[in-house]
Order: sequence, then C-alpha cells, then structure tokens
Amino acid sequence: MSDFLHMGGYAFYVWTSYGIAFVVMLIGIIKPLLVHKQQLRGLKLKRQRGQR
Amino acid sequence: MIMRFLHKFSSPPYFYSISGRLLPWLTALFLALLAYGLYGGLVTAPADYQQGDSFRIIYVHVPAAWMSMFIYVVMAVSGAIGLIWRIKLAEIVSISSAPIGASFTLLALITGSLWGKPMWGTWWVWDARLTSELILLFLYLGVIGLYNAIEDSRTASRAVAILALVGVVNIPIIHYSVEWWNSLHQGPTVTKFAKPSIHIDMLIPLLVMAVAFKVYYVIALLLRSRNELVQREQGSRWLDEILENK
Repeated sequence: MSDFLHMGGYAFYVWTSYGIAFVVMLIGIIKPLLVHKQQLRGLKLKRQRGQR
Repeated sequence: MIMRFLHKFSSPPYFYSISGRLLPWLTALFLALLAYGLYGGLVTAPADYQQGDSFRIIYVHVPAAWMSMFIYVVMAVSGAIGLIWRIKLAEIVSISSAPIGASFTLLALITGSLWGKPMWGTWWVWDARLTSELILLFLYLGVIGLYNAIEDSRTASRAVAILALVGVVNIPIIHYSVEWWNSLHQGPTVTKFAKPSIHIDMLIPLLVMAVAFKVYYVIALLLRSRNELVQREQGSRWLDEILENK
C-alpha cells in the first residue's frame, strides 16, 4: 500500500496530476448544477410575482 | 428516420426532458468506466521501463489532451450547423462546449507540466506541441469572452462560430506538431497507423479512461446546455409548464 502511494518516487507528480484533474472535473459538474437550481428558483419567484 | 429523430431531439422541451432522464444513466456509466480505468492505470499496469511510475500521469494527460481537441471540433462543427441552419440547439451545444474544452486543455497543460518536470527536467518549453496546445486554450478563452461580450445570444453565437471555425486550423497543427518539428514531447504512441508502441496492459486502461472522459463530456455538456436553454427560453410556455409541476 505504501509502495502504491510512493509511486516509485514520483508520488508528488502523479498524485498532484490526479488531484487537480479530480477537482477541475468535479467543479465542471457542480457549478452547472448550482446554476440550474438558481435559475429555477429565480424563474419561480418571477412567476409568483407575475400572478399577484 | 435519423433526420426526424434529430429534428425532434433538437426541440427545446424534448431536449430538456430527455437529457434529464439520461443524466443518471450516464453518471453511472462514467463512474464505472472511471473506476475500471483508474484501477487498471494505477494498479495493474506495469511501471514503464524508462519512466517508472511517472508514466501513470498518461491516464489523465492523454485523455484530457484528446478531449481538448475533440471538444474543439464539436464546438466548431455545431457552431457551423447553427450558423448555416440556425438551429438553436446547435448554437447551445457549441457555446456550452467551450468551458468544458477549456478545462480539459488546462488539465492537459498542467498534467503535462507535472510529467515534464521529472522526465525532461523542466516544467515548460516553448516547443510546437506545448505552444499550440496553449494557443488552443486561448482560442477557448477567446470564444467564451466573445460570447459574453455580445448581449444578444443569437448574434453572439454567430460571431463565436466564425471564431471557432477559423481556429480549427490549430487542431491538425497540434496533432502533427511532434512530427513536423523537433520536440521534447514524445511522438504518438497510440494513434499511429502501425501497431501502437505501448503494452496492452497499459493501453487498455488508457482507452477506458478516454471513453470515460468522453462520457464525462456528454454529462457536463447536457448540464450546461440545459442551463443555457433555460436562460434563452425563459418566459416560454414549455418552461412555465415544467415550473408548475415542480
């Protein structure tokens, strides 16, 4: 297991690569999901105001 | 048949509902491919005889670099379709691809740098492969910037499509850069016409990761396209109906 984490001495380069890729790809999913939620909330408010 | 399907698929309400139903399946497929690819790449693939374990960066670097070019072509082609046939969904797919492509380009550059440092002794060189990939990043950023600078989204889409189409010349330059110019960057190991010069236990996880990244792109693209669609279609009847049912 520690051999695996050690990556033959290249641990920093290998794990930083995978870490950055993970974070960037996760943001690429979460951000549009949050925007979508906001959009629907905003549109709902607009509608409710319009009906009154 | 196909044209009728495409016509139906490109109608906003249908796209909105079908993409919502597809997303959970695509996510499951992506996670399965990712788990298999990561296990193969990080655990079962043997260490490289020259590069040791540092070569394992290939499993994020190469799929990210492939995606950076693939997404650019999708963006340019759908932009052209939007330009010629004025199909709203094509415009949306085109502009929604830009930030995803930009992030893959950034990933290719960063992971390449992290691979270059231990192997070449430098984070960066101004050689043809690296420079043309950096230009690709600027093209993506230019597309995003131009789109945001123009108020009317349909006018913006047309302007962006032209920019994207002009930038397509960069794609073959990136691909052939390692053959046309002397470069520190290694030559192609997979996409050669001869037998790929990579061990099968190393190759399979790489191909699986490449497919996983493609599925990821579809997921991110659907999410972003839905948002862009909602943005453009607010006030329309079909969207009101969806809101009522929420």
